[in-house]
Amino acid sequence: MNVFRSIVFSAVLSGLIVGIVVTALQQFGTVPLILQAEIYEKATDKAAPVAHSDAAAVPHEHEHGDEGWEPADGFERNAFTAAFNVIDWIGFGLLLNGAFVLFRRSATWREGFLWGLGGFAAIMLAPGLGLPPELPGIPAAPLGPRQIWWIGTALATAAGLGLIAFRRTPALAVVAVALIVAPHLIGAPQLADLHTEVPEALSHRFVVTVLVTSFVSWALLGALTGAFYRMFSRQEERAGTAAFA
Amino acid sequence: MPMPATNVLSPAASKPATRAASTTMQALFAILFGALIIGVAGFSHIEAVHNAAHDTRHSNAFPCH
Repeated sequence: MNVFRSIVFSAVLSGLIVGIVVTALQQFGTVPLILQAEIYEKATDKAAPVAHSDAAAVPHEHEHGDEGWEPADGFERNAFTAAFNVIDWIGFGLLLNGAFVLFRRSATWREGFLWGLGGFAAIMLAPGLGLPPELPGIPAAPLGPRQIWWIGTALATAAGLGLIAFRRTPALAVVAVALIVAPHLIGAPQLADLHTEVPEALSHRFVVTVLVTSFVSWALLGALTGAFYRMFSRQEERAGTAAFA
Repeated sequence: MPMPATNVLSPAASKPATRAASTTMQALFAILFGALIIGVAGFSHIEAVHNAAHDTRHSNAFPCH
């Protein structure tokens, strides 16, 4: 299990670092925008509870404070955000590091960095074209179909990018382009009525902030997993040689 | 044509193949493990998990609400 162990060590260490960096960036970037949007969301909830009976729109599958446990605002909420950031980025680290080991790429920070950019394209950029990063209080189509479209788009884009990177025939290049375009031809689940009290300018700022934060995070995750995997796999090799000596 | 010197039964020849298959399995297992983590942290429909991960989900552009 030496390969698996090296991937896990590398992903956990990288995820921990990226999770902490991203939490710090979010405190200045996305979190203030989310809190601002929640003021509009709560105002809309109070003013127009009738909107909930609209069968097509499911803007409030959950309502803040109305049902279920939720962390208290302030330290507790931010602590959970930090913890989930670390968990998420460890997960992304496992995906990324597993992928470049699967394709037998030599692990260097630069190789990992390039894979990180691919991860950004497949997991943030492509799904974000159809389902842009959304602030609370913005009505959206039912959650299930959106999640399925999101996962399908990420997988198709990753497969397409993989074909472009590792196959050299024009026919497969065409297949790759088709794979990347197809989810957008199918189209993400959308609502016909997108009325919201959240200002357009706030949403736009949120989209830009999320994309830039994510770009930096993926670039960092890629470079770190590349460098750490190199370090851990060499240690494992040395330990293995010593055991047989 | 002389026969190739390698013998599939000799440890020297079979070891690299086993090793390659094992590397593939371990890499796939890591990917599966990662997907599972993302699935729970970013896609769970459980109310408490959603609320705890709320700002993370919005900030990572996972479908939320």
